[in-house]
Amino acid sequence: MDKALGDKIPEFNRKKAGGGGDGVGLSGTSLGLGDHRTKLETLAIILVAVVIIGGAELLLKWFNVPQYVLPTPSLIIMALFTEWGFIWPHLLVTLKELLLGFAIGASIGFVLAAVITQFPFVEKIVTPYILLLVTTPMLALVPLLILKLGFGSEPRIIAVALASGPMVMINSATGFRRVDLAKIALARSFGASTFQIFTKIRIPMAMPMIIVGLMVGSIFGLLTTVGAEMVGGAEGLGNRLTYYSALIRMPQFFAIILILAIIGISIYVLFYWIGKKWASWET
Amino acid sequence: MDATPMRNVAGASDKKAPKMVIAGATKYYQTRTGSVHALDNVSLDVRDGEFLCILGPSGCGKSTLLWSMGGLHGLTDGEIRLGAEKIIKPHPEIAMIFQDANLLPWRNLAANIALPFELKRKPVDQQRIDMLLKRVNLWGFESKFPRELSGGMQQRASIVRSLSVNPSLLLMDEPFGALDAFTRDEMNLLIQEIWMETGKTIVFITHSISEAIFLADRVVVMSARPGRIASVFDIDIPRPRPVDIQTRPDFIERVLHIKASIDHGRSPSDGLAIT
Ligand SMILES: Nc1ncnc2c1ncn2[C@@H]1O[C@H](COP(=O)(O)OP(=O)(O)OP(=O)(O)O)[C@@H](O)[C@H]1O
Ligand SMILES: [Mg+2]
Repeated sequence: MDKALGDKIPEFNRKKAGGGGDGVGLSGTSLGLGDHRTKLETLAIILVAVVIIGGAELLLKWFNVPQYVLPTPSLIIMALFTEWGFIWPHLLVTLKELLLGFAIGASIGFVLAAVITQFPFVEKIVTPYILLLVTTPMLALVPLLILKLGFGSEPRIIAVALASGPMVMINSATGFRRVDLAKIALARSFGASTFQIFTKIRIPMAMPMIIVGLMVGSIFGLLTTVGAEMVGGAEGLGNRLTYYSALIRMPQFFAIILILAIIGISIYVLFYWIGKKWASWET
Repeated sequence: MDATPMRNVAGASDKKAPKMVIAGATKYYQTRTGSVHALDNVSLDVRDGEFLCILGPSGCGKSTLLWSMGGLHGLTDGEIRLGAEKIIKPHPEIAMIFQDANLLPWRNLAANIALPFELKRKPVDQQRIDMLLKRVNLWGFESKFPRELSGGMQQRASIVRSLSVNPSLLLMDEPFGALDAFTRDEMNLLIQEIWMETGKTIVFITHSISEAIFLADRVVVMSARPGRIASVFDIDIPRPRPVDIQTRPDFIERVLHIKASIDHGRSPSDGLAIT
């Protein structure tokens, strides 16, 4: 029996011995999307980035494209540094609205999903309304919310919660609906309570879908935050977009776009890592 | 040495009180298309410390009976008692082992084996777990995830998980049905050894006549629609039984004997594996 023990362990968990290099340090330094990045791949990625950014710079200069149409990458970066003192308070406002709105929306969405999937009858009744919330752009509500709540952060936070919550909810609900009766029976046979079955079986089982919901929900939240800031009020990165474009200060405008892109990618990377940590069993 | 069928006198004449008593167990499943009569007046004593195999064609209610014994679902009529206690919910003295190992894929081996302790809110008995892991040759694999283990290793892990909380009655539902023939022989040997070492009572469901004879003190044959006990056979082959016993003429004779008794009682269409 001893012999039979080791030989069936699949090899896929071992580190690939990539061409030259142990691959360990690399996955730490790169963004880590993709597990075993070789040095060659990293080099290629950097090279492509340099070519695209440098190429844009050269082409824009070569064809004398006016700054107010499309500023060069170097101008954008410079604007980012010179304007940073004016930009960062707005960045904080946007992040605050996003985080608060997302936290509220995601918690409600998660709890609703967990509760509703336990009652198929309730689920049937509620689902159409959730779909309505998912498909309706919550931005449309912002003018109305501003009318009621003024030009502060509140209407935007509510809009973000309304945009991200339903996304978290429908994805989590999909996860919670994946019941594995054998695993529940297993837990029950060891005397598990309903609550323990929920925390030890149902939630881990649903975790991959919950994480997808959180990722999509937070991206939707970001879109809604910026959109809501563009609609009204005097703060936030969305407001800066309208402000700079009205003044035709294109390098600053694109600097804001760059920040938004970085936020979006950070959100993606964050949930990618969370997914790797908490849902990697399902591949 | 002859396998003697004893019609419906399961658990007769034993001085010790039976481990578990099943009295008139009857169960109907209510479904959208009507009710399914899964168990019909099943009465059976599980003797203390015995290895009891339940044999029967697919759909005859073996799992239904075992789930009732484990307190996982109720009966329509009749009752099941563990000692003096009526089984109406899962009991700490009873552990179940399911067909596929049923490990949680998001937990590594150590965390999977710790699950029963977590659920019972008890400190993990690491000493016992280590002893068991060594016993089934899984020592050193604690950090592996289920998908990194072979089917046999997974099933051994699930055996450790069940034994870790030291139950006195093990209910096993076709535990090795999904394994290849070689691994299955290994597992049968292992479970026989564990049974001999621990003196636990084991109820073991299988499709395979020879697996049942190899393992059991008694083989209970069930018939289908509705599920009831057709006959009970005593298997008095001395232990430990080596794997190659299954090729011996007297063993094969027992297999054919049970097979004939099964074929006698029903249409030849639904087959039972001899292997
Ligand atoms: N939850 C359920 N709802 C409705 N009918 C069920 C349910 N579980 C089992 N049955 C039916 O009850 C009968 C007995 O099922 P059971 O699973 O106990 O059989 P089994 O002997 O374990 O079969 P197998 O060898 O295939 O595992 C079958 O006809 C089955 O279709
Ligand atoms: Mg079954």
